[in-house]
Amino acid sequence: MGTKVYPVIWLQGAGCTGCSVSVLNAVSPKIQNLLLDELVPGHQLNLLFHATIMAGQGEPVIEVLKDTEKNRKGGYILVVEGAIPTAEGGIYGSIGEKDGKHLTILESVQDLGRNALLTIAVGTCATFGGIPAAKPNPTGCKGVKEVFAENGIGTPVVNLPGCPLHPEWFTGTVSIILFSGADALDLDDLARPKLFYGKLIHENCPRRADFDKGKFAKKLGDEGCLYELGCKGHYTYADCSLRQWNNGVSWCVKAGSPCIGCVEPTFPDGTSPMYEKVTFEELTWSQK
Amino acid sequence: MAIEAVVDDGVVKDAKSAGTLFRGFEIILQGRDPRDANRLTQRICGVCPTAHATASALCLDDAFGLTNKLPDNAKLLRALILGSNFLQSHILHFYHLAALDYVDAVGAVGDLAPFVPRYEGDYRVSGKVNAELVNHYLKALDIRRKCQEMLSIFGGKMPHSVGIVPGGVTEKPTEDKITNFLWRLNEIRDFVDNIYIPDVVAVAKAYSDYFEIGGGCKRLLAYGGFDLPPRLLVPLPRLASGDTGAGEDKSGGKLFKSAVVSTNLKPEPFAKENITEDVKHSWYADSGSGKNPAKGETKPDTKKKQAYSFIKSPRYKGLVCELGPLARMVSNYVQNDAKTKELVDSLLGQVGAGVDALFSVLGRHAARALESKLVADAMVDWLTQLKPDEPAIVDSEIPEEGEGAGLTEAPRGAVGHWMTIKNKKIDRYQVITPTAWNASPKDDKGQPGAVEQAIIGTKVKDKENPFELVRIVRAFDPCLACSVHLLDFRGNRLGIFKVV
Repeated sequence: MGTKVYPVIWLQGAGCTGCSVSVLNAVSPKIQNLLLDELVPGHQLNLLFHATIMAGQGEPVIEVLKDTEKNRKGGYILVVEGAIPTAEGGIYGSIGEKDGKHLTILESVQDLGRNALLTIAVGTCATFGGIPAAKPNPTGCKGVKEVFAENGIGTPVVNLPGCPLHPEWFTGTVSIILFSGADALDLDDLARPKLFYGKLIHENCPRRADFDKGKFAKKLGDEGCLYELGCKGHYTYADCSLRQWNNGVSWCVKAGSPCIGCVEPTFPDGTSPMYEKVTFEELTWSQK
Repeated sequence: MAIEAVVDDGVVKDAKSAGTLFRGFEIILQGRDPRDANRLTQRICGVCPTAHATASALCLDDAFGLTNKLPDNAKLLRALILGSNFLQSHILHFYHLAALDYVDAVGAVGDLAPFVPRYEGDYRVSGKVNAELVNHYLKALDIRRKCQEMLSIFGGKMPHSVGIVPGGVTEKPTEDKITNFLWRLNEIRDFVDNIYIPDVVAVAKAYSDYFEIGGGCKRLLAYGGFDLPPRLLVPLPRLASGDTGAGEDKSGGKLFKSAVVSTNLKPEPFAKENITEDVKHSWYADSGSGKNPAKGETKPDTKKKQAYSFIKSPRYKGLVCELGPLARMVSNYVQNDAKTKELVDSLLGQVGAGVDALFSVLGRHAARALESKLVADAMVDWLTQLKPDEPAIVDSEIPEEGEGAGLTEAPRGAVGHWMTIKNKKIDRYQVITPTAWNASPKDDKGQPGAVEQAIIGTKVKDKENPFELVRIVRAFDPCLACSVHLLDFRGNRLGIFKVV
């Protein structure tokens, strides 16, 4: 039986490459397995384009984009990392040249998005705009879903926010698509897989018992719940407290640092100031 | 990032280095809680966020009046977190961003993305050595990941760590974590000593002509970095590799000494007041040109005719400088740091080159590899100086008004943050990244930036496969994905070549 191959184009917009680096930190499967092996029996990714890690240079790699868009219509997965600068026609971000002119992120995400089987927006910049879209949003940055909606692009978008996203949120989502098809993804109303973004950080926080007992840290470095130091785990939906980071070594709250709500659609403006206690309204407000 | 090179008769006559992305961090930071700068500025770069965490924490320490109050544990933990990031970044750069220009991956594993498409024609290692290098590419993926895992012990997570904050580090150094860190570090040191450095030597021997090209401005600048407490002499634990670590006595100070050094190898003292940023060829309002970053401004102006980059042109006393591992190693070398001298002299001996050869493509790769060993060995020493269960942080308050500067070293070169606080909020924030120095456009006087100078005058053997140019640009480890465009002297396009 042959292997079913899924071509992947990974575009980088207004971001920091941190989500790519995070995916390089994946453990099971490792990045080597993602790139070179059948990820699940009979199914394999084929990363045709990624500006940071591909060997290629020059005209041939821009050709890869054009070729994929034209000849594999509806047959490739587009991954977008970074926000889309839209001010002044997208002039604040370009990824190369096409026909002697700047090829803007705005243009390429639309061209490649229109013909993709599915788009995965990785990280808070690509999903909701993130830090580049923070006040006063000098470059008019937007998330992929918003750009698609404004330009009549109907390709489905899966949102995997996080600054950066956890590598397993990516490998897990891809596994669902390869095993069972994109329809099997159980998404919430913000297009996030409920499997990873279905529960509050606070619900499974190892410092939850301190909160329940009223034992609060008064300054950084103290024992106790970080609520009074501005922890946003009380309204942030992600599974960091269970999954932990970097092969399970640690995560923000374990290291004594309050959650900054980096997966939230309002990050960073709505989750700032980061070290100020959340208000009663924020605490009782629920997005679900 | 894009490089445009004008080639006439096989030689580069002019070059333009252009930053093609603007996000406006300095504008976004205005009016925010000063402490948030420490978390937000890390997001400038996902490869070296801890360098921005360190620079912003030093900047906030300065503005909050904490600089002289930091516990020894705070300095040591910050150094261990930043050091881990140096190791992951340097290993990633050599194996995953640069090696495929020299190593024939297709010859070893076949026609497979992401190894194709690529340039053809100048792969000089073959057979068993080549196959080994490709294996090391895969092994290095594991080792760089383990650097991140080690970092997370005290840093919480990567990318975008959380441990380093104004006043110190939020995590505590306990004995179990110290031992856990040490044995992860030893595996990485083993890789650096027995695989990374020998591989760089193997590549250098096969491509020895690259000790002669890409010299550039030949004025190196290091701000200095890794602030250390006075050191107590303690016996170091014996390691698997038999090496007992850094060993020498140090009375505090920094692992990397600051200096400006040219080819005369005489260190000139560095003062941050001599830094200015020009914007004549950048898409920013001219009113901000020539200012010291403490008074700097960021007002985009995309209509400027002569501009070609979103990167400003930082200069030192009005002169172009190169930053990075080469600058740091040469700075330490000419200031007689014993371990640096031993490492550099040993490598130069192995490849039969003199100190002059360091100002080159291979000099930059060699400096990066040797620096990895310098940092990794010093980290063993720092670990043993931690005082378990003693505090690593002091409490702080935001002042009504204040000013701060935080200068340190990032993997790809010196980095600086400057801030002004008014009414407990950020009034001004300015960042100068190492890539701004190295990849800057021409300044107000028309002097090309460091990468531009390194390319100008280079002979390009094969216009279809301009290996020379991509190898020169990549040796600087620019923090942006980059493409090189070749033009003929009439301005006709010869091709676009991507560099990362």
